[in-house]
Amino acid sequence: MTVYLVRRLLQALLVVFAMSVIVFVGVYAIGDPVEILISPDADQIERERAVQSLGLDLPLWHQYLVFLGNALQGDLGRSFVFNEPALKLILQRMPATLELAFGAMFISIVVGLPLGLYAGLRPNSPVSKTIMAGSILGFSLPTFWVGLMLIMVFAVQLGWLPSTGRGETATFLGVQWSFLTLNGLSHMAMPAINLALFKISLVIRLTRAGVRETMLMDYVKFARAKGLSPARVTFVHVFKNILIPVVTVVGLELGSTIAFSVVTESVFAWPGMGKLIIDSINVLDRPVIVAYLMIIVLMFITINLIVDLTYSLLDPRVRLEGKGA
Amino acid sequence: MAAPTLEVRNLRTHFFTRAGVVKAVDDVSFTVERGKVLGLVGESGSGKSVTGFSIIGLVDPPGRVVGGQILFQGRDLARISEEEMRDLRGNRIAMIFQDPMMTLNPVLRVDTQMIETVLAHKKVSAEEARQRARDTLGMVGIPSPDERLKSYPHQFSGGMRQRVAIAIALLHEPDLIIADEPTTALDVTIQGQILAEVQKLAATTGTSLIWITHDLSVVAGLADDIAVMYAGRIVEKGDVSAVLDAPLHPYTSGLIGSVPSRNKRGEPLRQIPGMTPSLLNLPPGCAFRSRCPRAAEACLAEPEIRELLPGRQVRCFHPLSETSEQAA
Amino acid sequence: MSDATLNGAAAAPRKDRVETPFRRFVSEFMESRIAVLGLIVFTIIAFIAIFAPWIAPQNPYDLAQLDIMDGRMEPGTVGGAGFTFWLGTDDQGRDMLSGIMYGLRISLTVGAGSALIACIVGASLGLLAAYAGGRTDSVIMRVVDLQLSFPSILVALMILAFLGKGIMNVVIALVIVEWAYYARTVRGTALVERRREYIEAAQCLALPTRRILFRHLLPNCLPPLIVVATMQVARAIALEATLSFLGLGVPITEPSLGLLIANGYEYMLSGKYWISFYPGIALLITIVSINLVGDQLRDVLNPRLKK
Repeated sequence: MTVYLVRRLLQALLVVFAMSVIVFVGVYAIGDPVEILISPDADQIERERAVQSLGLDLPLWHQYLVFLGNALQGDLGRSFVFNEPALKLILQRMPATLELAFGAMFISIVVGLPLGLYAGLRPNSPVSKTIMAGSILGFSLPTFWVGLMLIMVFAVQLGWLPSTGRGETATFLGVQWSFLTLNGLSHMAMPAINLALFKISLVIRLTRAGVRETMLMDYVKFARAKGLSPARVTFVHVFKNILIPVVTVVGLELGSTIAFSVVTESVFAWPGMGKLIIDSINVLDRPVIVAYLMIIVLMFITINLIVDLTYSLLDPRVRLEGKGA
Repeated sequence: MAAPTLEVRNLRTHFFTRAGVVKAVDDVSFTVERGKVLGLVGESGSGKSVTGFSIIGLVDPPGRVVGGQILFQGRDLARISEEEMRDLRGNRIAMIFQDPMMTLNPVLRVDTQMIETVLAHKKVSAEEARQRARDTLGMVGIPSPDERLKSYPHQFSGGMRQRVAIAIALLHEPDLIIADEPTTALDVTIQGQILAEVQKLAATTGTSLIWITHDLSVVAGLADDIAVMYAGRIVEKGDVSAVLDAPLHPYTSGLIGSVPSRNKRGEPLRQIPGMTPSLLNLPPGCAFRSRCPRAAEACLAEPEIRELLPGRQVRCFHPLSETSEQAA
Repeated sequence: MSDATLNGAAAAPRKDRVETPFRRFVSEFMESRIAVLGLIVFTIIAFIAIFAPWIAPQNPYDLAQLDIMDGRMEPGTVGGAGFTFWLGTDDQGRDMLSGIMYGLRISLTVGAGSALIACIVGASLGLLAAYAGGRTDSVIMRVVDLQLSFPSILVALMILAFLGKGIMNVVIALVIVEWAYYARTVRGTALVERRREYIEAAQCLALPTRRILFRHLLPNCLPPLIVVATMQVARAIALEATLSFLGLGVPITEPSLGLLIANGYEYMLSGKYWISFYPGIALLITIVSINLVGDQLRDVLNPRLKK
C-alpha cells in the first residue's frame, strides 16, 4: 500500500511539474501583455519601468525559475488587472465554484441513480426507454444553451428563480456559502441543475449498464434462491456492486465538473473561478491564467488520488490486494 | 409410505427467444423420495440446470414454465404465487450453484450473506441469526467460524466458498436441496470431501437432494436414483446401480462408455459421435437418432417413455436389453 | 445482432443481387429508422450550410441590406422593406433565418474541418504508435493518456489562453483536443490488425513501411475510425459553439451559431427569446442528427456486437 501510494504521489508530482512548464511556456511565450497593460500613451521610460517591475525583461527560463520558486511559496504572481495576488483572487472565488460543482454532483447522483436503476431493472418498459432517450439528449445538448433555456423559462417567463448571481450567503468555516440560505439556494438551483445535466445522463447510463450486468451474475440468482425479498436483492446485492464503479466515475468527474463550471458560471454570472478565468483570458491577465490552470491541475491530481483511495475502501478485493503489496 | 418430497410431472420449460422457441425442458417427470438423492445427469445444454431452476422458480425471461406440475410436499409450485415461492426458497428448498467463485456476493461479508438468509425466513434476533450461521459453518467443516464470518468471499478458497454456499443452503434445514454441479469447479480431493459431507448431512437430516451433474462417477457414489437427460427430455431413469450396470438407452450406454476407467485400460475410449443438437427447431422424432448406433426408421417418430423393467423407465424404440433378449 | 444474421440469411437466397460488404452495411444501417431520419436531417443541414449564400433570404453581413430600424423584431414581422422575418431579427436588424444559415456554415466548417485535421493527425500518430511500438508508442500514448485525463473544455481553454481568440486558433484548439481520441482508437485497432497474416505477408514482400501503414493497415482500421470521427464532429461543433459563446471563439464578423446565441443572451432577459432560441435549436438539431447517425454506425460497424 505504501509503495503504491509513494509511486502514485511521485507520478502526480511529475505531472504537476510537466504541466507547470507547459502552462508557463504556453502563456508567457505567446501574446504580449505589455501591449495590453500599458497605456499606448506611455513613453519609453514608463514602459520599461513597467516591464521591469513585472519581470518581463528576463529570459523565459529565468522567468520560469522565478515563477517556480515563488509558486512553491504559494506566490503565483499578481494579477495585472486587479493588482492583487492571483492565488488570493482564485481562492476567494473557489468556494462559489466548489459549492456549485458539489451541488451538481449531488443532483446527478440523486436523480441519476434511481432513474438508471429503474431503466436497468425494467429495460423494456416505455418509461425506461424515455429515460434513455432523455439521457441521449442530455449528452447532446450544449450546456450553455440549456442554461439559457432554463433562464428563459424559469427566470424570464415564470419568474420563479433568479437568473444571475449567488444571492445571500452565510458564513461557515470563515467562508461565504450560498447553499446555507434559502435565497442563496434559489440562486444556486438553476446553475447546479444546468451543470448536473451531463452528469445525470452519465450516471443513468453507468447505473443502467451496471444493473443489467450485475443482474446476470450468479450471486444475484443465489441471493434470490435464498428467498430474499426483491427489495433486498436489488438494494443490497445489486446496488452495492454497482455503487463502486458509479462512485468512482462520479468522483473522477468532479474535476471535469469544476472545469465545465466555466460555462455555467458564465451563463448565470456565478462569481466563481470559471468566470474569473474567462475574464482573465479575455484581458490576457497571465498570472491569473497560470494560477488558475495550475490550481486546476493540482485539483485534478488530488481528486484522482482520493478516488483511488475511496475505491479501495469500497471494494474489499482492492483493499486486500493493497494490504498484500 | 409418506408422500414423496418432490414429484415433477410433465414439466415443460421453454425459452421464447427472438430466433424461436427453445424447448429447454420438455415433458420431464421424476420423483424424489424423502431423504433420497436423485442424480440428474446430462451433457451441457441438456436442460438439467433449467429443470433445477424451474423447481425453485428462478427461470429468467425469456424462459417460462409452460406446463406440468411441480408437486413439492403435495403443493404445486408451478401454480403458487411469487410470495409463497419466496417463502419456500432458501427455507424449505435450497439451491447450490456450480461456480463457488461466483455465488457469493463479492462486496458483502460472509456474515451479512448468511444472517440475511436466516432473517428472511425466521423472526429471530440478529444475535441468534449469527449463532445459527456460526453453527452451520462449523457443521460444514469450516474451522474457526467466528473469524470466518467476518471475512469477505475473496478471502476464501474455492472449496471453502462452496462450503459456505452449502452452509447457507443448510441454514433452515431444508427438505430439498438442488445442487447444480456443485463440485465440478473444485479439485478432486475437495470434491470428495464435500460429497462425503453432503451425503452424511442428507442422511442425518432427512433432506432430499437433486444432484445435477455430468459426472457419472459422482452420481455412482452418491445417488439413489438416476435420471439421464438428453435434449430437454429424460431418456432413462431408474435405480442408480441398475442403470449404470445395465443401461437401457443407447445414450446412457454411450455416456458410461466414454468415462475412462482402470478396467478398460488399453482399449480406446468409446465416444458418442456428433454433437448435442440445437434445441431450437428440434426435428420431430427421437432427438438422439442422429448420433445413435441403433437408429432406425421407427426413430423418426417420437418415442414415449415407458417402463421396460420394474422401476426402470426408458424413452427408446430399440433399448439395449430388448435386443439382447431377442438375440438370446 | 441476431437481426443482422437473420437478414443476412434472408438476403442470401436472392441470387440476382450480390451482397457486397457495402450493400450489407447500407442495409444494416437502414434498419434503424431514427438513424435514417438523422441522416436525412443532417443532409438537409449540410445542404443549407453549403448553399447558404444562394438560398438565404438576406446576406446578413452585407450592411447595405440591414436596417437598424428592423432591429429585434419578433418572428413573423414584416420589415421596413416589405420583407418577412420568419424567425425575427437581431439587434442589428439582421434576419435571424439568414443569420442561422450563415452560422451553420461557419459551425459546420469549423467542426468538420477540425475533425478532419484531427483525424489525419491522430490516425497517423496512432498508426505510428501501433506499428513502431516500443519507445515511440509509449511516448505517444503517454501524451494521449495525459491529455484525455483532462476534460476537453479545459484543454481548449488552455490552448486559447496561449493563442488568443480567432477562428484559426479555435480550429487549432479543437484539433489538439480531438487528436488523442483518434490516436487511441486507431492504435487499439491497429495493434490487433498488425498481428494478422496479411500484414506479415506485406512485410515479407518487403513493401515500404509507408505503404504497409496506409494501404494495408489503415483501411482495416477504418470502421472504428469512422464511428469516432462522426461522434467527434458533433463534439467539435458543440465545443466550438461553447467557446464562441464564452467569447473565446470565432470573431464577431464571422458569427457561428454559438456566437449568435451569445449575442441574443442579453436580450433574452427582456423576453426577446428568438435571438438566442432559434440558433440554439439549429445547433441542437445538428448535434442530435449527427449523434443519431453515429450511434447506428457504431452498432453496425462494431465487430464485437456482431455475432
